[in-house]
Amino acid sequence: MKEIKHVIVLENQMIAPKMYSMALQSEEIVRVAKPGQFVNLYCRGEARLLPRPISICEINKEEGSINLIYAVAGKGTEEFSRIEEGETIEVLGPLGNGFMIDKSKKRNIVVGGGVGTPPLLELVKHLKGEIDVYLGFRSYPILVEEFERLGARVHIATEDGSVDFKGNVLELLKKENAVGDIIYACGPKPMLKAVAQWAASKNIPMQVSLEERMACGIGVCVGCVCKTKKQDEDDWQYKKVCKDGPVFWSNEVIWDE
Amino acid sequence: MNKENLDLKVNIGGVVLKNPVTVASGTFGSGREFAEFIDLNRLGAVTVKGVSSIPWKGNPAPRIAETYGGMLNSVGLQNPGVEELIKNDIPFLRQYDTKIIVNIAGKTIEEYCDVAEKLSHADIDLIELNISCPNVKEGGVAFGIDARMAKEVTREVKRHSKHPVIVKLSPNVTDITQIAKAVAEGGADGLSLINTLLGMAIDIHRRKPILANVVGGFSGPAIKPVALRMVYQVAKAVSLPIIGMGGITTGEDAIEFILAGATAVAVGTANFRNPRATMDVLDGIKEYMLNNGIKSLDEIRGIV
Ligand SMILES: Cc1cc2nc3c(=O)[nH]c(=O)nc-3n(C[C@H](O)[C@H](O)[C@H](O)COP(=O)(O)OP(=O)(O)OC[C@H]3O[C@@H](n4cnc5c(N)ncnc54)[C@H](O)[C@@H]3O)c2cc1C
Ligand SMILES: Cc1cc2nc3c(=O)[nH]c(=O)nc-3n(C[C@H](O)[C@H](O)[C@H](O)COP(=O)(O)O)c2cc1C
Ligand code: FES
Repeated sequence: MKEIKHVIVLENQMIAPKMYSMALQSEEIVRVAKPGQFVNLYCRGEARLLPRPISICEINKEEGSINLIYAVAGKGTEEFSRIEEGETIEVLGPLGNGFMIDKSKKRNIVVGGGVGTPPLLELVKHLKGEIDVYLGFRSYPILVEEFERLGARVHIATEDGSVDFKGNVLELLKKENAVGDIIYACGPKPMLKAVAQWAASKNIPMQVSLEERMACGIGVCVGCVCKTKKQDEDDWQYKKVCKDGPVFWSNEVIWDE
Repeated sequence: MNKENLDLKVNIGGVVLKNPVTVASGTFGSGREFAEFIDLNRLGAVTVKGVSSIPWKGNPAPRIAETYGGMLNSVGLQNPGVEELIKNDIPFLRQYDTKIIVNIAGKTIEEYCDVAEKLSHADIDLIELNISCPNVKEGGVAFGIDARMAKEVTREVKRHSKHPVIVKLSPNVTDITQIAKAVAEGGADGLSLINTLLGMAIDIHRRKPILANVVGGFSGPAIKPVALRMVYQVAKAVSLPIIGMGGITTGEDAIEFILAGATAVAVGTANFRNPRATMDVLDGIKEYMLNNGIKSLDEIRGIV
């Protein structure tokens, strides 16, 4: 039977302002996890009831651990940031469907925005061929060396211009005349929407990993929906990000909400 | 005395549940996902998510907001329609030794009756009539906040249903006992309460409501005192069996509801924090009975 597990926090350290890297020991998650899946982390006590969904950033087969990178966004993630190494945390996962990796594609474009970047690291480990990673941040880039170590070309945009290109990731894609056979992306919805429009104009198929507020993470509450087109029909429906996603083909998503 | 010879059976509208623990509609899907976490055979009944006569799309996202000790939802009863439920979910649940309660929704009396009629040929045990839906014919006023309308919808659904009907009461009223009495006069076989309280949360950075729908249903441990008070009042006012719910997380919570007069209890929002919550509640009830030398919950039901 599945259950929420208390797992040991092997590492929990700040990697940038308000940004933490956490390693969790869990052979069980490592055995089945795929790039693009996420886990539910739970707060202590009952004041903050709902799970905090966090993407799996790396799956370390040898150590039997997973890595997560999270931003301190509110009370729950603030609590996580204070957990000491060696303590435990409640976790459920892996959850959702990961990226649908197409190894036949020769030129891969990977696009990340802010805290949407972490799940792309594990993804890149599984891609074949050329890999161009375009990342957008407000001011502090993360994971750049990690991507480079995997042989990817990394292109960076920062909103304040503190590192490399000043502007957003779409402007960077355009400026560098990015070419590719497929795009994998994760980040804030406005960014995904803009890149999806660009991808459509270039006829490049694109997968997007979406975020939505969740109550269960396992497909029962129908809280975490995104608006999608119905296949072969002139109609739409709400799909569950946690169970049907979080990764969707961008041309399935209706971006108006 | 040991766990095996405790008498946990309860009777709701002529249907015998092997124990008093069920789930709150909308917090358990149709049970499929939870079958991976718990043995559904151990539940007295499974109450499935609300269904309407035709598919409902539901409200825009965000539909969820966490609040202190609870949450808000504005799912808006998204569901694939009663026919999908009958085709896919009922056969699945029937593999288990547990009773099936189907929660039904409608925007007019005709729609409610249509769902009840379609369910008459389905292999289910009880219907739970959710009267918190807005009545489009009456300008969107919820059936559940008007005693006359509540009685009328109960009477009509009873006429169209082959299964016993439990009516689920809304807490968003001045005097819940008036609605309970009206529904009893309408012929209800049982009551369940409470549905969610109307609530709101605001994102102070964006200066906007968190929910796209602005307001939503408040549930979870934070609402338990309100739910308990209402179960207590209703149990004193009418003699129908009651399924008590609202923030139940532990066996102790469940015992409180039973002492207040509930026949059975439903676990809702707690399922999200702990998918094994129903099992913890059931085990907690048994432990309380053993520790206090109680053989049957009839000994303590409504004694407060
Ligand atoms: C599939 C998925 C993967 C994610 N992966 C990551 C990741 O790898 N790294 C990372 O830093 N963040 C990630 N997030 C966002 C992360 O879940 C939120 O930042 C976090 O839940 C905030 O919790 P909090 O208690 O600190 O904030 P609070 O604002 O106090 O949280 C209140 C409630 O709102 C929810 N909430 C708040 N912001 C978000 C959000 N952006 N998305 C979903 N729910 C939210 C919380 O879960 C909680 O229920 C992911 C979200 C999703 C849906
Ligand atoms: C996400 C969610 C969906 C719900 N859907 C329904 C529903 O379809 N029909 C219904 O009668 N009540 C629905 N409810 C209300 C619950 O069944 C229950 O009455 C309420 O949440 C109080 O119990 P709790 O605090 O234990 O969750 C829903 C509640 C939640 C949180
Ligand atoms: S979070 Fe509950 S269905 Fe996705």
